[in-house]
Amino acid sequence: MLRSSRTLLSVGTAALLVTGLSACGGTTKDSASNSGGGAQVAASADPNAQAKEGLKIAFLPKQLNNPYSDVEVGGGKVAVGELKGEYKLVGPNDASASSQVSYINTLIQQQQDVIVVAANDPNAVCPSLNQARAAKIKVITFDSDASKDCRDAFINQATTQGIGESLAKMALEQAGGAGEIAVLSATPNATNQNSWIDVMKKELAKPEYSKLKLVKVAYGNDDDQKSFQEAQGLLQSYPNLKAIVAPTTVGIAAAARYISSSSYKGKVAVTGLGLPNQMREYVKDDTVKKFALWNPADIGYLAAYAGAAMASGQITGAEGEKFKAGKLGEYTIGAGGEIVLGPPTEFTKANIDEFNF
Amino acid sequence: MTITSTPTKAPLGNPVAQKASGLFKQRELGIVLALALLVAYTAIDNPRFLSGQSIRDNLLNTAILAVMATGQAIVVITRNIDLSVGSVLGISAFAVATLMSKNQDLPMIVALLVGLGVGAVAGLVNGVLVRYGKVPALVVTLGTLYIYRGITYSWAGGSQVNADELPRHFLTFANDSILGIPWLVLIALVVIAAGSIMMRNYRVGRELYAMGSSPAAAELAGIKVARNLLGAFVLSGALAGLAGVLYAARFGTVDAAAGTGYELNVVAAVVVGGVAVFGGSGTVWGAALGALLLTVIGSALAVLDINQFWQQAIVGALIILAICADRLVAFRIARSLRKRDAHV
Repeated sequence: MLRSSRTLLSVGTAALLVTGLSACGGTTKDSASNSGGGAQVAASADPNAQAKEGLKIAFLPKQLNNPYSDVEVGGGKVAVGELKGEYKLVGPNDASASSQVSYINTLIQQQQDVIVVAANDPNAVCPSLNQARAAKIKVITFDSDASKDCRDAFINQATTQGIGESLAKMALEQAGGAGEIAVLSATPNATNQNSWIDVMKKELAKPEYSKLKLVKVAYGNDDDQKSFQEAQGLLQSYPNLKAIVAPTTVGIAAAARYISSSSYKGKVAVTGLGLPNQMREYVKDDTVKKFALWNPADIGYLAAYAGAAMASGQITGAEGEKFKAGKLGEYTIGAGGEIVLGPPTEFTKANIDEFNF
Repeated sequence: MTITSTPTKAPLGNPVAQKASGLFKQRELGIVLALALLVAYTAIDNPRFLSGQSIRDNLLNTAILAVMATGQAIVVITRNIDLSVGSVLGISAFAVATLMSKNQDLPMIVALLVGLGVGAVAGLVNGVLVRYGKVPALVVTLGTLYIYRGITYSWAGGSQVNADELPRHFLTFANDSILGIPWLVLIALVVIAAGSIMMRNYRVGRELYAMGSSPAAAELAGIKVARNLLGAFVLSGALAGLAGVLYAARFGTVDAAAGTGYELNVVAAVVVGGVAVFGGSGTVWGAALGALLLTVIGSALAVLDINQFWQQAIVGALIILAICADRLVAFRIARSLRKRDAHV
């Protein structure tokens, strides 16, 4: 009882401290935009502060052994190397909601300077993250955000709007400007997939897309066999189909593999979001002309730079602050502490060999 | 031992086998009927469901599941179960894909043999644990399901083998055909035929049925239960390993999660195919028909444009329906047999 009430107290203090900090951040925003940032308060941003070396930056992805996460944290490792910091990678084997908590607690005890985390659950990790922040550790989220009040900044790979627009644009191009298109998604209740598809539908309602007709949204459950069957079903149900748009890496690879080995090759285009390594074969055999994805290595890279800038006092996470992220150039923090990586990279036969993830 | 078992089996064997074969014909007839109805309904809705490409796709989709269902049917007939097949498929697919990507010139037959070998070793471990550890197969194979998957995860370490790293002849194997029949389908047919003939006409096959019908009696009758049981698990593992090679060739992308959850499809195919989970009855080719039915259901629901939220529920309902129909047929046959016996 005593212990738990004490924890409650410390969490309360932490919360107070955080409110205090963000209040300072609020004033910083104004002073930063007016005078370029004077370092009067400890927590205010000083864009000219010396970048600290030897920062301990720890990465905590959703789970280890996931090819996509591995590329993300790989980018982070490169950035930490450039920053002359200490890189550390820990993570659970399963992506369940509470599996990250014990790792965060360990990282706090190890007195890391920055924790870069992809939250498995926006709320489950919150108490631990706030303890970390109370211990003066900067918390950057990537890939999937934690609640706004328990992290300092969020690296957003791309805005929902940007991805939806990009999907619609590629569909128009690949269908040759007119005709029937279909979407092959992951599961029917995948939040990110659905919001991208929603934006895509809004785009398709615009006059320049009037000749495109979205006939069906099919769901392959991110399973090879099921995605194969759904692609087959689409081609049988809609013989005039011009393009399949798959905003999921499993779906686009399955659709491409199926079409490359069927009589539909050359008649139906495949596009969407995919991994270059997985798609190389199908881009080279002309089944797929163009697809897109943000560069996952850049996400980790940007997260490491944002964390280092914050730990060095160059930024606090307030809207409008700017910082430099190595080869990626300068970034500005958006509303709610969001840092948007940029538009997705498009891959074609010409450039696909430059990417390895 | 063999002397006592042969004479007791001979007089009993003939009439039972006759009745049983009639019964089995009816059992599988139910699945064939369900399949015909489903195909007819879907084809009326969309005639392209019967196009050459579509039939080819359905057969190719079935091949992998049918190979695994053959092994599973044999294990289930002995009143055991092998839940590790999905993980065995995964470890074999990853092993073969890695091997082929590093040695581009290896012929396809080596890939197939390596897959069979990896699977057989995994199956042997299952068999030894079940027989000599005296642990129920359900528990053992649930354990090895996680162990084999864990080994694959730690080996793969998050990497995956992509289509462009695999040799061309390996990938085209999945689509190439001989006399118009794709290799994958041909392999599946050979496996099913060999399994069916072994279970129906060979001594070891009948012994496996006996073990499933009454384990204690089989042991007392001098059947080499240990040897047969190990054989059944090795076979199931080897076929899952073979399925792993076919999986890698067909999908071209293999990561450590390949085949996750397949064991449930395989068990469903076997049960729908009329193999009783209590062992002792059912046929290998019935299980293969079950695999075909489940695959066609998946394709048909996609073609019929049925809401995704309903699809899984419909598959489940169809499984129960298939089993009910099957039970009904079996019950009627049993009753008519009793009547006939009474008149005689």
